[in-house]
Amino acid sequence: MRELVILSGKGGTGKTSLTAAFASFSSDMILCDADVDAADLHLLMAPDIQQKTDFQGGNEAIINPDKCTRCGLCIELCRFDAVKSTFEIDPIECEGCGVCYDLCPEKAIDFPVTTCGEWYISDTRFGPMVHARLGIAQENSGRLVALVRQEARKIVQKNKIDLILTDGPPGIGCPVIASMGQANAILIVAEPTISGIHDLARLAQLAAHFKIPAIVCVNKYDLNLDQTKAIKDLAKEKNITFAGVIPFDKNFTESMIQGKNIIETYENSQASIAVRKIWEKVMAQPAMNIERLI
Amino acid sequence: MIISIASGKGGTGKTTVATNLAFSLGKNVQIMDCDVEEPNSHLFLKPEIRERQAVIAPIPLINEFKCSYCKKCMEICRFGAIAVVGKKIITFPELCHSCGGCMAVCPEDAILENDRELGEIETGSIGDISFIHGRLKVGQVMSPPIIKKIRTLADKQMVNIIDAPPGTSCPVIAAMKGADFVLLVTEPTPFGLHDLTLAVETIKILNIPHGIVINRAGLGNNDVKEYAKKEGIPILMEIPFDKKIAQVYSRGELIVEKIPEYKDKFLDLFDQIKNLVNNLAKSPVKDIADKGAATK
Ligand code: SF4
Ligand code: SF4
Repeated sequence: MRELVILSGKGGTGKTSLTAAFASFSSDMILCDADVDAADLHLLMAPDIQQKTDFQGGNEAIINPDKCTRCGLCIELCRFDAVKSTFEIDPIECEGCGVCYDLCPEKAIDFPVTTCGEWYISDTRFGPMVHARLGIAQENSGRLVALVRQEARKIVQKNKIDLILTDGPPGIGCPVIASMGQANAILIVAEPTISGIHDLARLAQLAAHFKIPAIVCVNKYDLNLDQTKAIKDLAKEKNITFAGVIPFDKNFTESMIQGKNIIETYENSQASIAVRKIWEKVMAQPAMNIERLI
Repeated sequence: MIISIASGKGGTGKTTVATNLAFSLGKNVQIMDCDVEEPNSHLFLKPEIRERQAVIAPIPLINEFKCSYCKKCMEICRFGAIAVVGKKIITFPELCHSCGGCMAVCPEDAILENDRELGEIETGSIGDISFIHGRLKVGQVMSPPIIKKIRTLADKQMVNIIDAPPGTSCPVIAAMKGADFVLLVTEPTPFGLHDLTLAVETIKILNIPHGIVINRAGLGNNDVKEYAKKEGIPILMEIPFDKKIAQVYSRGELIVEKIPEYKDKFLDLFDQIKNLVNNLAKSPVKDIADKGAATK
């Protein structure tokens, strides 16, 4: 089993379009959309949902007004200012820590499990796909990311699949950390902009912190050749493999509108050729050729 | 006034709108970059930073001499941040949400609190524009406390422009809650539309007036406009898809500086927001009632 996680720092750099394009190059893989907060991969994959499961992400406190004596202990204990002076709990602020529930002297607080989203196992024209949808304004996206990846691993084990292609979340926080542990490598899709380089540097630092090999490629490289070179230099300095560049191409958006990847729609375009080269280089990396235990 | 600039998806141009809007206003304005995982607005505004403060959150510090290994702390901790195995107690600071439960429940008084640095906040200015941003420390996961801390620095006398993180979960909520207006920046593509609909659902929960800026207009298709029309959300500005703008951005420059005619467009954007906010303020009761009904 091998897993490549595609990340981008900020998002919007073409990470999902690239993940979708890669799906055309392997017949022995499973797709995993770990960008649960704003999942987009399904828009290109037309997944046929086979199994749908609730994601129970945590608990939420509720005060029972009949039992509450308004002693005020919960207000004092709650570090998240979630208990209002009316002795009601603001579900948006509630962190689900359960401190009020455990310590209320009147046992007036309920702490039911909350459903924070759904996850799916689907069939696509490229193979199986595991994806999810985090409920709006819900917590625990890191846990849902971990769950989606774990379910992908179960399918891999059962069906002896070679590769997991994971579309990762943006940022460098909790969901991103949850998306890269145990992966063979991460591929960072960077943009040749000042902010792109800044985001790349932070993401690379995170990967180094968790000792995950990082590979970088530049999308829309022709937008700014100086910045593309700066990314190349940064990669060299940080010991990150540079996998290549992709030119700006409106066909990425065109393909998106058709619900396809660019290899399906414009296989011989410059961009498609560049994507294929990057794929080959990534898959030839030693890090990608180590079997990971499940 | 607090204007929060958000988008379901990253990379749509949130920072571009936030920084250019702040720069066009020029004074009596404060930019608050709450995208603490990847803060970028400083790259465009190049502020002079005058102060730096660490954002601290408590984590348990166990006094093993007092600990009787009763496991009460482990049982109350919903985040798996404390483990008691036999006569051994271990804490996992990265998992801790700083709820204080373990300390409150410990019968032996064996838990004190220790500081952990989640990240930092820097403040400064660019001419008459005030600048604040936060930065999550690499390897840390708790961004909402940093965002909440930045939010406490909002100045009522000024226009506060928040650059929100992408997505729809806790960090975004922290950056939008209590704002007077949310400006959603999107792209006219299927991904842009999909993430916009998620962002709109989030705002409906928070019940905040909102409008849309379409960035890279001309790319993609018309679906975002149709959606906005159907939902009755005003489109306040369109920034065309233009290589010149993309290059200005790529060099870390402001559009309003390099293509000056944009300054009026951003000022016009601000006037529209101001009017929308003021009109709502005039008829608050009715409007909130309407909105409440609409979201239910
Ligand atoms: S569960 Fe925790 S965060 Fe929620 S109201 Fe109770 S004490 Fe506050
Ligand atoms: S403070 Fe709360 S989250 Fe942190 S270790 Fe104690 S019980 Fe767990």
